[in-house]
Amino acid sequence: MKTARFWQIAVFLAPAVLIYSLFSALPLLDTLRLGFYSISDAGVHSFVGLDNYRTILFDSDWSQAFWNAMLNNLKFFCMHMALQNPIGLLLATLFSLKGLRGARTYRTLIFLPTLLSVVIIGFIWQLIISPLWGVGEKLMGLVGLGNYFAPWLGQESTALVTLSLISVWQYVGIPMMLIYAALLAVPDEILEAAHAEGASAMRIFWQIKLPLIWPTLGLVTILTFVANFNAFDLIYSVKGALAGPNYSSDLLGTFFYRTFFGYQAQIGSPTMGAAVATLMFLVILAGVGGYFYLVQRKLTRYAL
Amino acid sequence: MQSNKKSRTKRVFALSTLFCTIAMALAGGHADAGTLSIESWRVDDLALWENVLIPAFEKKNPGITVKFTPTAPTEYDSSLTARLAGGTAGDLVACRPFDVSLSLYNRGHLEKLDGKPGMESFPASAKVAWQTDDGKDTFCMPMASVIHGFLYNQKIFKELNLQPPKTEAEFLKLLETVKAGGKYTPLVLGTADQWEAHQVLFTGIGPNYWKGEIGRKALIAGKAKFTDPQFIAAWEYEAKLGKYLAKGASAQTYGDSQNMFALGQGAVYAAGSWDIAYFNTNASSKLEMGVFPPPVPKAGDACYISDHNDIGMGVNKKSKNKEDAYKFLAWLGSQEFADIYTNKVTGFFSLSNHLISVKDPIAKQMIDWRKSCSSTIRVNSQILNRGTPSMENEMWNVNVQVLNGKMTPLEAATKIQTGFAKWYKPQQ
Amino acid sequence: MSSSSITSLPLRPSLVQRSFGPAGHIWVHLVLCLYAVIALFPIALILINSVKTREAIFDNPMALPTADSFSLIGFHKVLSNTNFLLYFSNSLVVTLASLVLIVLFGAMAGWALSEYKFRGNRVMTLFMAIGIMIPIRLGTVSILQLVVALDLINTRTALILVYTAQGLPLAVMILSEFIRQIPTELKDAARCDGVGEFRIFFQVILPLIRPAIATVAVFTMIPAWNDLWFPLILAPGEQTRTVTLGVQQFIGQYATDWNSVLAALSLAVIPVLILYMLFSRQLIRGLTSGAVK
Repeated sequence: MKTARFWQIAVFLAPAVLIYSLFSALPLLDTLRLGFYSISDAGVHSFVGLDNYRTILFDSDWSQAFWNAMLNNLKFFCMHMALQNPIGLLLATLFSLKGLRGARTYRTLIFLPTLLSVVIIGFIWQLIISPLWGVGEKLMGLVGLGNYFAPWLGQESTALVTLSLISVWQYVGIPMMLIYAALLAVPDEILEAAHAEGASAMRIFWQIKLPLIWPTLGLVTILTFVANFNAFDLIYSVKGALAGPNYSSDLLGTFFYRTFFGYQAQIGSPTMGAAVATLMFLVILAGVGGYFYLVQRKLTRYAL
Repeated sequence: MQSNKKSRTKRVFALSTLFCTIAMALAGGHADAGTLSIESWRVDDLALWENVLIPAFEKKNPGITVKFTPTAPTEYDSSLTARLAGGTAGDLVACRPFDVSLSLYNRGHLEKLDGKPGMESFPASAKVAWQTDDGKDTFCMPMASVIHGFLYNQKIFKELNLQPPKTEAEFLKLLETVKAGGKYTPLVLGTADQWEAHQVLFTGIGPNYWKGEIGRKALIAGKAKFTDPQFIAAWEYEAKLGKYLAKGASAQTYGDSQNMFALGQGAVYAAGSWDIAYFNTNASSKLEMGVFPPPVPKAGDACYISDHNDIGMGVNKKSKNKEDAYKFLAWLGSQEFADIYTNKVTGFFSLSNHLISVKDPIAKQMIDWRKSCSSTIRVNSQILNRGTPSMENEMWNVNVQVLNGKMTPLEAATKIQTGFAKWYKPQQ
Repeated sequence: MSSSSITSLPLRPSLVQRSFGPAGHIWVHLVLCLYAVIALFPIALILINSVKTREAIFDNPMALPTADSFSLIGFHKVLSNTNFLLYFSNSLVVTLASLVLIVLFGAMAGWALSEYKFRGNRVMTLFMAIGIMIPIRLGTVSILQLVVALDLINTRTALILVYTAQGLPLAVMILSEFIRQIPTELKDAARCDGVGEFRIFFQVILPLIRPAIATVAVFTMIPAWNDLWFPLILAPGEQTRTVTLGVQQFIGQYATDWNSVLAALSLAVIPVLILYMLFSRQLIRGLTSGAVK
């Protein structure tokens, strides 16, 4: 079956493993090591074991911020699962319908937000929903919802949700493309046969397409999980590393940045920062591990 | 097979791209003696350095080429620390005041500058922001300070028949009048970016209450607490001012505030002297600028202004061209530089002993406040930011909440004091 | 219609029509149009405002540029004052080179990990995934020291290697998944014919996962193109500056030149858009049946 000679496997793996180890994995793992140390003012490293982790998880100054960031990250992830992936699925399904005119144009246009730099996305959305310049308010007034307009990015209760929505808007293209690529692999014959038997579009979707793209949906979920728990750029661009108002938009990524590099007058602490990064790593690892060992095993890949 | 050819072509293309790129990329140069590079967060000053300052220096020092390579301000501190650690930072490094640069010095990234030519032009009050606690080591040459106050739109004041206020009561009455008129925003200040609430407003209006250096030093000595009446009074004043911000100010960014005032939509703008330069260039026809110092609590009270050491210049310990770097520093301490910098980077006042005449009218008014008011630096800049929780971050947080009406002055004072006493021995 | 219509076969209704009925087309287009508007409205706003004066932008952001408010000052500043063409070409070189390496090496590794059973397969898979599970900036100083040691500081090569390293985990994950979905019969048939593993990979597998490759190319191209941090750390010099880094010079501490920023970033989208359109052409129906058999 699938046993190639050792040297063949090595050749396939070598280039990727080499570049990746040298320029990504090893630097990261090496810096994670710092989580077990502490640095004096003069730069002297000393081994402190699990002290840093104890501080982050239990010392009230740190743990409050850490668990707040963790909770916010969970909310952030849930919003993406509830909106980004279903919308991506819907759009991909529509695109995969044969004979749809203008599909390529739609795809390109809808994918545009994903191509943009986070600086521009932050700027334009802040402009649109700013209470000062009237765009958002006017638009809502057009549909009669003018009274519901509020400075969403400035309120603790709505800041995170707003930023999540902007992030969903930006990244819908990703699950859309992945699921579309998977739907393309569904053979025409099966669909034609189903139609010939008189199956409705909904039945075809739920009973044929969906089961066949299940592995891809799993992949999309895990990628969303990893991306969300590492999310940083949008919040940093719109709110800065202090992730206001009152840390309501603080994610693990911004908490890490603040801790590791410092912010304004707060001096960065590479050791505490490394400890935070290790905790983030463990959280994400738990999720990915869970996916690999629980979900992957149970998935049936249909032989077509 | 077609796909066979295509994938082979793809492979060849890939490999040749890789080799070409490596070849092109390896044709890099090395820094020679005789060149200097300056790191800074002042992207705003790029044109000034390239067109005015560097030519002026190079004329006096032929044979030295200087490059000013600023980094986006949000990335400056983090990327500089990384590059200093990696050994690729520039020869000269713009220094943030107090602890940030102190920690760079303690980690061995900056040269000790005591006794170097040029340093004698600066008084002790200027150097304090770039010295070790015992005052024995100075690690950056002071460059400039900034002053806080309030800009106002003279056109709006004329229209509503208002005068620049001298006392707190007058100020609040003025703001109330503007608010009642409904046409203009009384106080242009946003809380979305958080820093202005503390670094411009609180540290600008506060000194009048805690008596500038007296109050600040008392905190350091452990003789005063943030929960003392004078500090709470400052927060109460701030809470009152919060009622006069624009609707939705919690989502108003610094850029929004600038645009709002420049377009003539607001009457008073909480300002740092650096803002003058922006409005000089970008004011619309609806704005005519005036400035007044933070109003005092009661008529006849002594006045205090926030006069904050903001930017210095240090030498990278790993620089390959220290000889020229010191020559550059000497020039930074000269009358010529002080003159050009103060007058071209409007709103940044040279910290040197040299006598300079400030040409910009608004900047001149602000620097003249030094004659009638006592100067102080921002209240928590020295020493107080060292612990965990970071007082600077906490201050941003509470001042925003006080302005937004989400926290009472007493709660704000208690939060700051509790965090302070947690790590600072004299306060325990 | 011509007389040939008498002899032509009746047209079969399209899949869309058969799925949703004769009015099906309308519903589908309605949904797609609605979402397209949501996706494009902010972008249209950017483009409109990139040609207005700064005052006009904030006076009325939604207004179209009029004769008074029309201004190309941003574009003028960007194109004349800076080496923007150089920055563009740097970004292009870095992004394209990284792309090629990521796709090629990622597919090779993904193939080995999903196809061959060998000891340490699971561990290697996990190891390859670590890169996306840790905040990238954590390794900054170590990477910088390595780049300095290799004398690659201020070169585009450094950026290419770092972006390749960062894009590989995602590429391996996605491509492995799609490779696993290829029917085993195809691979076994080729092996029965005595085709070697390398030929199988390059001639059978790669063409079959073309949609996935195009997808991976697009995904990894975006963060490479838009990244600010690593060009700042590894290649800040004038000669190697990328577009994203070049735009930063318009964002000052207290004064942001929004005209130039908008102009620069609008221009910066164009190459990425072209690359995307090129790659999405590759998303023609991948074949699982028919052709190879």
